[in-house]
Amino acid sequence: MTGPLFEYALRLGDDALILAQRLGEWISRAPELEEDVALANIALDLLGQARSLLSYAGQVEGAGRDEDALAYLREERQFRNVQLVELPNGDFARTIARQLFFATYQLGLYQALATSKDATLAGVAGKAVKEVAYHADHATQWTLRLGDGTEESHRRMQEAVDRLWPYTHELFESDELVRGLAAEGVAVDPATLRPAWQEQVTGVLAEATLAVPEDDWRPTGGRRGIHTEHLGYLLAEMQYLPRAYPGAKW
Amino acid sequence: MVKAMARSEPADRLRELVAQVPDPEIPVLTIADLGVLRRVEVSDDGRVEVEITPTYSGCPAMDTIRADIVDRLAAAGYPDVEVRVVLSPAWTTDWMTEEGKHKLREYGIAPPGPRPSGRVMVRLSVKCPRCGSPDTREASRFGSTACKALYACDSCLEPFDHFKAI
Repeated sequence: MTGPLFEYALRLGDDALILAQRLGEWISRAPELEEDVALANIALDLLGQARSLLSYAGQVEGAGRDEDALAYLREERQFRNVQLVELPNGDFARTIARQLFFATYQLGLYQALATSKDATLAGVAGKAVKEVAYHADHATQWTLRLGDGTEESHRRMQEAVDRLWPYTHELFESDELVRGLAAEGVAVDPATLRPAWQEQVTGVLAEATLAVPEDDWRPTGGRRGIHTEHLGYLLAEMQYLPRAYPGAKW
Repeated sequence: MVKAMARSEPADRLRELVAQVPDPEIPVLTIADLGVLRRVEVSDDGRVEVEITPTYSGCPAMDTIRADIVDRLAAAGYPDVEVRVVLSPAWTTDWMTEEGKHKLREYGIAPPGPRPSGRVMVRLSVKCPRCGSPDTREASRFGSTACKALYACDSCLEPFDHFKAI
């Protein structure tokens, strides 16, 4: 049985790890060279955050698992990321919509977590908040450009926003575990982040001449290890080498 | 008294040695210029503890810096070295030395200005490191490494890197 702090660090670490892996898929495929560089940089920031968080999870667990063991040697059902980050990249508009939703969430999260009573979580968040401010700004600028751009870019940006909106609800789901840690001043209850997120995101969408989707279905389960069919393929690619060649170094 | 002297002398010497380790991606800067080196301590039995801090969470230079520190100290006769990465308080470009900023400019990279405060990112004009013109524009906020943005000078028309203030 693992403790709540391990689980919490895993949730945050897995969100960052899986999104880093997805964004890395854009390298050499982005619409322009600057975006190749930008998305790779954002992925690298997230990967750095994931490394710190997974290392800490392993340390808290105390079972000898390091960041690599947690990234490469867990099965799909043991991953705790939200489903939003594991969805395929889609076109550039869909990647930007996901960045807008996720980076805005992560910015609020890390701002609050920077004052956590847990010194390690506070340290990771205090460091990462500066990076994520750039990510949120990047996604915001692109949303404005695409939404308020040509007829085609508007259509695709709106399609992306509509398609991903249902997956944003999971970001703010709270449960007993996180509420317990929040009461101790260690974690941030995601539900408390929702109002500021909603205001920020709907403001950007409005400025980009995009409609805010209606709330209908709410896919969920990532925090309990229930994932979309896409995560398994992502893990197969990410984990292949360390599983085929255990202990490989280069 | 003599003992205390004997202890502090190698510490100063080792600190100087470690401080000279270059940044692998911007080799004109040392890790001390960058503000990445936090602390060097040597205990009576010759064990050395070094603390470094990353510029960005995912900075891939950290592993190389760590290896370079260990190599330098081993070559100086100190094989027992622990290099720890500390995150808090978070690194800021304010820790870069004035000499470091000068070296960056000479190297062709516009050094960071004062750190933006609050949520609003105030844009101050970045001077072209080649011709000194303030008539420059941001081409991309993300550059060749996590810590830099890509700029272009509208006066001499050269592109250049700008070290982002964070």
